[in-house]
Amino acid sequence: MTRLLGFLTATRGGAKLHWTDWASYAYLCTGVFLMFFPVIWLVMSSFKTEADLQRYPPTFLPYQQQTIMVEGYDDPLPLFEMTGGEYEGMILAQLRRVGLQAQMIDPANPGERLRVGIEDRVPVERFTLATENYTELFGRFNFLLYFWNSTFITVMATLIMLLTNSMAAFALSKYQFRGRTVVLLLVIGTLMIPQTVVLVPLFLIVTELGMFNSLWGVIIPGAATPTGVFLLRQYMLTIPDEILDAARMDKASEWKIYWRIILPLSAPAIAVLAILAIMWRWNDFLWPLIVLTRSENFTLQLALNSFQGELQTDWSSLLAMTVLTLLPIAMVFMFLQKYIATGIASTGGK
Amino acid sequence: MAETTGQGAAAPAPTPTGDTAAAVALTKSAGAVSPRALKARGDGLALRLIAPVMRLVEIPMLGLQRLLGINLLAWVFLLPNLVLFGLFAFLPVVLNVVYAGTGGDNVLLADRPYVGARNFALLTECGSYLDPNTCREDKFWRAVWNTAWFVTLQVGIMVGFSLLTAIVLNRDIRARGFFRSVFFFPVLLSPVVVALIWKWILQREGVLNAFLDWTGIGGYNWLVDAEWAFAWSVFLSVWAHMGFYTLILLAGLQAIPRDVYEAATMDRASPWRVFRKITLPLLAPTMLVVLVLALIKGVQTFDEVYAFTGGGPGTATTFIIQYIYEEGFAGAPRLFGLAAAASLMVAGVLVVLTLVQLWVNRRNVDG
Repeated sequence: MTRLLGFLTATRGGAKLHWTDWASYAYLCTGVFLMFFPVIWLVMSSFKTEADLQRYPPTFLPYQQQTIMVEGYDDPLPLFEMTGGEYEGMILAQLRRVGLQAQMIDPANPGERLRVGIEDRVPVERFTLATENYTELFGRFNFLLYFWNSTFITVMATLIMLLTNSMAAFALSKYQFRGRTVVLLLVIGTLMIPQTVVLVPLFLIVTELGMFNSLWGVIIPGAATPTGVFLLRQYMLTIPDEILDAARMDKASEWKIYWRIILPLSAPAIAVLAILAIMWRWNDFLWPLIVLTRSENFTLQLALNSFQGELQTDWSSLLAMTVLTLLPIAMVFMFLQKYIATGIASTGGK
Repeated sequence: MAETTGQGAAAPAPTPTGDTAAAVALTKSAGAVSPRALKARGDGLALRLIAPVMRLVEIPMLGLQRLLGINLLAWVFLLPNLVLFGLFAFLPVVLNVVYAGTGGDNVLLADRPYVGARNFALLTECGSYLDPNTCREDKFWRAVWNTAWFVTLQVGIMVGFSLLTAIVLNRDIRARGFFRSVFFFPVLLSPVVVALIWKWILQREGVLNAFLDWTGIGGYNWLVDAEWAFAWSVFLSVWAHMGFYTLILLAGLQAIPRDVYEAATMDRASPWRVFRKITLPLLAPTMLVVLVLALIKGVQTFDEVYAFTGGGPGTATTFIIQYIYEEGFAGAPRLFGLAAAASLMVAGVLVVLTLVQLWVNRRNVDG
């Protein structure tokens, strides 16, 4: 133990840790707790039964009361351990509860009915994951529909965005034409027009184009982003023009240069933009809230938001749905983490 | 440039949005880690997938190229993007002004009567701007003041904690990559998920109250109390967004050249002095970028707080974007004119902030 501690606290110079190091690690560990615990708590809670969710104070792990099938009874009976009274130490199954008294039977001897006070017993519980919270989502709620809507919007919007933005970035980085500066200024200009301030006219345009209450009404308006154009242009500027000239010598058309040379060479930037786009679209809330008013068009985010009003008591389904909504992003995070971590470590870490 | 301003990684050349700033930090890293190896694999597959479509598009594009010549072809490449920008960014701005000058609850502009500046007059009719109760549209002014308070608190606290976290992460610590991504993790979560996570923790029989009861302080029904609901909204928003700014500030810190610190060590400068005389001044440009970005985002706060409290209790957490949403889309008479007028006022604030941001970026690049 001491050696382990010594190993963990060793520094490169062999010197002892300074108190500021301890403070740093303490701060970071608090950070880990604050950032992760809420999410872990959510995941744990999503595996609890409705009864377990009502328990106060709550337990960290999900528990379920054990039940037993007894001959002569159709339903499984809940098990209790007796803590006092006549039958102390025995494990009994409950038939029914009447006020402060309960009718119990001994599973080994089902013929005889026993009366006990309810303060003399505690439920027999075991760690069990209530997976029915999740399976129920697919039956009772249109989870798959919402999931499909979200996925469709995310994938289509990302593809369209990558295509249009990379085309524009190609033109802005590799061609010298009149009006280029004007276009660049226009793109910068769009930065000053976030969606939140043009909601009303955007609504009119989308309605006029017949995209109200359609998934395309969410996909198309957000497809062109100034961020994407700048990001890709920045990267494409670093691709040497000689490659393009060589390709032109070989009689490659401009479109071929674009998709056979420029696109593959700017793959890192495109990957980053794709990750950002997937994140934006998947998490999008305000615009879908305005455009999609019928519940069969809801994205996961909208469904979650409307359910928290409807199902005030049905936290078990709501929590499971939240976890499933969070899952794809958590996957992206795992992928992205390596991306960011190694990246910044090698560019600026040294 | 990068060395002297400590700005290099966070905001190179024209990086007008924060998203770009972080994204560029990412691109740089992606490019640096695996110059061309990483994507080579994924590329082959992606290329083969898009190849049929691309070949099909090539036929008309080749015709256009012969017809227009190479330089005019650039406009063809720009066209889809410009059409989208025109339709969904520039046209709406013009229409927004028209909407703000008309009344009624019809969507189509032809059906809307012209009312001049009445919408603005309605919004600004106030006995005293400091007291929403004296205003005709008291909800608007409540939203304005809520937003002002929220932005002040949220940006202040968030930038403070981001700076602290970035400084700690910039020290010589183990598992830096892990800790950094931990702080970044909530940034990826959707606003609704963030809201539900905290709602679940903060509810009357939630885990926080259980903990408080256990320690003897005693639980509290947080979301029913106006002031606590507001405070928790600020907390939740800081929790969700601080990782992003931490990342930018960390990039800024790492761009400060080492030799400056080495020189300071030679001169036996105290750590506090080093921090005040080297770190802070060299980090100032990045700080400014972060501040302006956080302000721009803060003014537009809607999603997470709307899903968290729904604007309540009462109007305690109703912000300006929610006001626009409720006037224009959620209520029974859909007052598009009023919503448009309000959003023009928000737009005014945002344009000023964006211009400051562009100016800051430009200065950083030139300096």
